[in-house]
Amino acid sequence: MANREFGFKTKSLHSGTLPDPNTGSRTVPIYQSTAFVFEDTKDAGDLFALRKYGNIYSRIANPTVAALEEKVAALEGGLGAVATASGLSAQYLVFASLTSSGDHIVSSANLYGGTITQLDVSLKKFGVETTFVSSNDPKDFAKAIRPNTKLILTEVVANPSNQIADIEGLAKVAHEHDIPLMVDSTLTTPYLIRPIEFGADIVTHSLTKFMGGHGTTLGGVVVESGKFNWGNGKFASMLEKVPHYGDITWWGNFGEYGFLTKLRAEQLRDIGPSLTPMAAFLLIQGIETLAQRMQDHVANAQKVAEFLKSDSRISWVNYAGLKDHPQKDLVNKYLPKGTGSVFSFGVKGGREAAEKFINCVELLSHLANVGDVRTLVIHPASTTHRQLSDEQLENAGVKPDLVRISVGIEDVEDIIWDIDQALSKATGKTQ
Amino acid sequence: MTWIEPTNQEISQIINNSKNIAIVGASGNNSKPSFFVMTYLVGSTNYLLFPINPNEENILGVKVYKSLKEVTEPIDVVVAFRRADALDELLTEAIEIKAKVFWMQLGIRNDEVANRGVANGLKVVQDRCIKIEHARFHGGLHLAGFDTKVITSKRMK
Repeated sequence: MANREFGFKTKSLHSGTLPDPNTGSRTVPIYQSTAFVFEDTKDAGDLFALRKYGNIYSRIANPTVAALEEKVAALEGGLGAVATASGLSAQYLVFASLTSSGDHIVSSANLYGGTITQLDVSLKKFGVETTFVSSNDPKDFAKAIRPNTKLILTEVVANPSNQIADIEGLAKVAHEHDIPLMVDSTLTTPYLIRPIEFGADIVTHSLTKFMGGHGTTLGGVVVESGKFNWGNGKFASMLEKVPHYGDITWWGNFGEYGFLTKLRAEQLRDIGPSLTPMAAFLLIQGIETLAQRMQDHVANAQKVAEFLKSDSRISWVNYAGLKDHPQKDLVNKYLPKGTGSVFSFGVKGGREAAEKFINCVELLSHLANVGDVRTLVIHPASTTHRQLSDEQLENAGVKPDLVRISVGIEDVEDIIWDIDQALSKATGKTQ
Repeated sequence: MTWIEPTNQEISQIINNSKNIAIVGASGNNSKPSFFVMTYLVGSTNYLLFPINPNEENILGVKVYKSLKEVTEPIDVVVAFRRADALDELLTEAIEIKAKVFWMQLGIRNDEVANRGVANGLKVVQDRCIKIEHARFHGGLHLAGFDTKVITSKRMK
């Protein structure tokens, strides 16, 4: 075994996907099996008691899914990972693991609309309350923390406002209060930023987006750093005896491995949003070219944003990569390779012109997704963010004239050609 | 001599080249980490195990010894499930029986003891679990979704 720290592209191809020990298969086999035979009853007993590593049932673990989990953990610089059926279910497992009725979460208000409803509708029903902080200042997050607060949540680059979070500042606030910082890094991917390097404890992704890239497959993942002290007394479930597993304690028996072991053996077991082996295989194929795709995504996004910025038919452009972005210091610190390729702009003529623009595109796809290799556009006020109240819309930075674009890796001249012709039809004016 | 965190390569050599392993502080209580680790070592490895505990006779069908010195076979690795302040004395015994590796389990650290072990020619591991490290190089950790940090184009055994 080589004694070497391999690079990001090498890890994208090789981490977690070594030659199959049973067959020698060079690519990861799709272990399309619900369950796995035991050697004998003692083997089964040890596996069920977590005293032995191995496969039992694909809701809890599967060899193809494990290959994906190790790959993502390696790319994020985390201890390990638990893959799930979607990004939302990844987040949900974390909330279910760390909070109980009566607990509290402090979250950025600049979140994907689905995360806001998960917290403000579903989790609220179970008695877990969330305070949404509109400001970007870690001090304002500190003010919102209560004795029963269990975690701070943020995205790196908010969708669609393009606000950049101060990850290091938020991690400091969280750790001063003995709670973890959880970061949704879906739009940035570990190619652009590894939040754990800036103090984040838990990183989640919707793998459906840039990680997979191909737009064929839903998936999510929770990565943990292994550095948070879960035995600090704030998290009773990490220290209490677990009768289902022979009175072990997650922190006492597994130490730094305790959080992810619990997440798999309790939350994934009980809630059940498992990733399928076929989905894991497809997501692995995508991740193999993550670096190359992200380079093209950010280069194209920069050119598209600059084109829009100079166009008289556009009222504003919220792209964190533009020279005059107000958070330039945070961009340079956290995202020197680029701020991603999802951003928004306003079409002059307001809501009506924005909707007409969407209806006039010929190459760009109008759909509710981001992070596809193809360029995507949507009008959030009438689609993804429709469920939000006016106040929540305002907090999330969504205006009526806002068009969200997820710049793909087509020839950038073709993307700009389509935007130009659709804007001409929508506004009745040429550039 | 100053202890340095062993590389993955060094750990894999310890894991793959050792045969006789003493588990100091082994317990028959099935919720204790040492019982957990021993169940794994008994069920998933080919090591010869020498549990040490003056108050136990037999754990998982394996004979328990009162002390390290009572073991007559040569010991490759002394695995310590002991408090940090009991480690100095244990290291002295490990040196006396000519153990090759002094291994402090996950959550256990004592830099002074580690430095003295290195000065006496032992390989020293701190704050790591021998079950997890074995599993890192034999597929178990991978199956549980953890990063083994192993990259190779060779077929693992």
